[in-house]
Amino acid sequence: MDLFWQVAAWQQNKDDDRCRPASKPATARAYRSQIGAGHGRLLAALGIALVGLLIVLPTFASRNAIQDLIFIFYMLALAQYWNLLAGYAGLVSVGQQAFVGLGAYLLFALTIFADMDPILAILLAGAFAGLCAVPTAFVVFRLRGAYFAIGTWVVAEVYRLVLAQFKSLGGGTGTSLPPSVTNSVVGIEWVKTVFDVRTPAARDIVTYWIALALVSGTVFAVYWILRSRRGLALAAIRDSEAAAESVGVDNFRTKFWVYVFAAVGTGMIGALIYLQKARISPDAAFSVLDWTAYVIFIVVIGGIGTIEGPIIGVIVFYLMQTYLSSYGTWYLILLGALAIVIMLFAPKGIWGYVSERWGLVLFPVRRKLNVTEEAK
Amino acid sequence: MAEWINTIIQGILLGGLYALFAAGLSLIFGIMRLVNLAHGDLIVLAAFAILAIAAWLGLDPFLATLFAIPVMFAVGFGLQHVLLNRTLGRDLLPPLLVTFGLSIIIQNGLMEAFSADSQLLRSGEIGTASISLGGGVAFGVLPLITFLSAIAVIMALNLLFYRTELGRAFRATSDDLEIAQVMGIDHKRIFAMAMGIAMIVVTIAALYLGMRANFDPTIGPARLIYAFEAVIIGGLGSLWGTLIGGMIIGLAQTIGAAVNPEWQILAGHVAFLIVLVLRPRGLFPRAFD
Repeated sequence: MDLFWQVAAWQQNKDDDRCRPASKPATARAYRSQIGAGHGRLLAALGIALVGLLIVLPTFASRNAIQDLIFIFYMLALAQYWNLLAGYAGLVSVGQQAFVGLGAYLLFALTIFADMDPILAILLAGAFAGLCAVPTAFVVFRLRGAYFAIGTWVVAEVYRLVLAQFKSLGGGTGTSLPPSVTNSVVGIEWVKTVFDVRTPAARDIVTYWIALALVSGTVFAVYWILRSRRGLALAAIRDSEAAAESVGVDNFRTKFWVYVFAAVGTGMIGALIYLQKARISPDAAFSVLDWTAYVIFIVVIGGIGTIEGPIIGVIVFYLMQTYLSSYGTWYLILLGALAIVIMLFAPKGIWGYVSERWGLVLFPVRRKLNVTEEAK
Repeated sequence: MAEWINTIIQGILLGGLYALFAAGLSLIFGIMRLVNLAHGDLIVLAAFAILAIAAWLGLDPFLATLFAIPVMFAVGFGLQHVLLNRTLGRDLLPPLLVTFGLSIIIQNGLMEAFSADSQLLRSGEIGTASISLGGGVAFGVLPLITFLSAIAVIMALNLLFYRTELGRAFRATSDDLEIAQVMGIDHKRIFAMAMGIAMIVVTIAALYLGMRANFDPTIGPARLIYAFEAVIIGGLGSLWGTLIGGMIIGLAQTIGAAVNPEWQILAGHVAFLIVLVLRPRGLFPRAFD
């Protein structure tokens, strides 16, 4: 695998490789692939400082700001998972709402019928979504490319229609979480006394921390995967499926695990979203607009195939949602048109433009090839 | 017994409508490997076009369709020429995301222009007339006309493909785009023509969609899914296979609905998934892709 990558990178870099002494046969070349930019430590320190700041934010931020950040966090996490699928594994799914809905419904079932602690239920919701993703993958992976996209949508519809049959969870009209559940999350009592706030505000703060934990865990996990061996395989698949296969990447297995991983994460986020909303219906939980179209918009406008892109994208999306969503249909028309324009004229999105222009990288996942000459 | 025979006849005839949805999708995929996620919304757009023309000129839906066809042809031709041709290439994402964006634009544009209210194309007596075969077995005239139209459209498309110069250009670009270009085929114009013709089929489908039941701006994606299921069941590239695929979805839906009204749509999807698991390349595969 490494060899394939190194040969490919050498091909790309050979023009800039000015010190290549082609006429000196007495030297041997040593190839080393290196990952990361020069400011690794600084960036890591900044990242930790940012997360630390966000952890203590509820001590001084308003309740509105907390709620907005919860929204930003869960949309960003969803966008990271979709980006991992579409931007790296070549799996353009239009059916990720399936796992949002499945996770959300499992949370409702476990907390209402089994009195389970909601945080534990969120974790189990992820596991459940991952389990459902296994048979789903075996069906939709039979379809390629664009047909895969619609296939995932069909499966999401099947899950929606099946869950609408569960009368104990409200059938087609849905149901609500009783306050006894939403107020039972671990830590709410503690926040109430320490922050001196009422129950609803304390609930928001605890949800905020869960969302922060999930989103930073997501970004870190995606970063870690992309820097690992499996990430190298993913990058190879993204660049050329046939070439990746030819140097020993098991395309099916790699894609399969990415798909299941994204489902686990998406399921946990889905459970969190509906713990906060406290009201669920099949149409809302399996909404293609809310959980897939918006997410695609975030990734495309920010820059697909990068970790930084969705972060930029979610900020743009949040601003548009805040200032323009009151225009209703016109707002959605604008979102659709903007996505088309970006796709046609700037397919790498905002971050793609920025990083190309200024050579900026916040999450170094690309490998660079170092060629050193050694005397024989 | 008669009830079940009725259900099965209804299912088969409903398959004609789904084959009409699917024929346009199959046509553009076959020629330019484009999967149009806005296909369902374009069907709904055509239905609203018929509605508006019928109201404006005071015509019945069939005549209004004759006026809507050139309009939709122009829409398809322009859309392909201005927008979709730019997205075609090796990369999968641009056509998918551009048509997905288009789908959202069409839905919300229709919402803005016509509101979210349900509409119906009033077809007069023909909409309710039925033919009785005795013994309680009967079927509607409108579903029969729909089914016959589907057969006529598929025959016409096959004639176009195999008997005309345009059809030859379609097949050439489909087989090998680069060689076709070398032979002097202007592929962009050919693609725009193909989309225009697909929109003619879409308009015919929209006529029967609008006369059969209520429609509103949001129902497009579900029509896309039915069309897609029919295409996959039939096997890529086979128009007659698409008709069989449509009939299988139609039958599954009506039989599912007869067992439990809530299972109608679900039964169609399940039938699709079963075929996908057992015969991943469809029942009558022709194209490789």
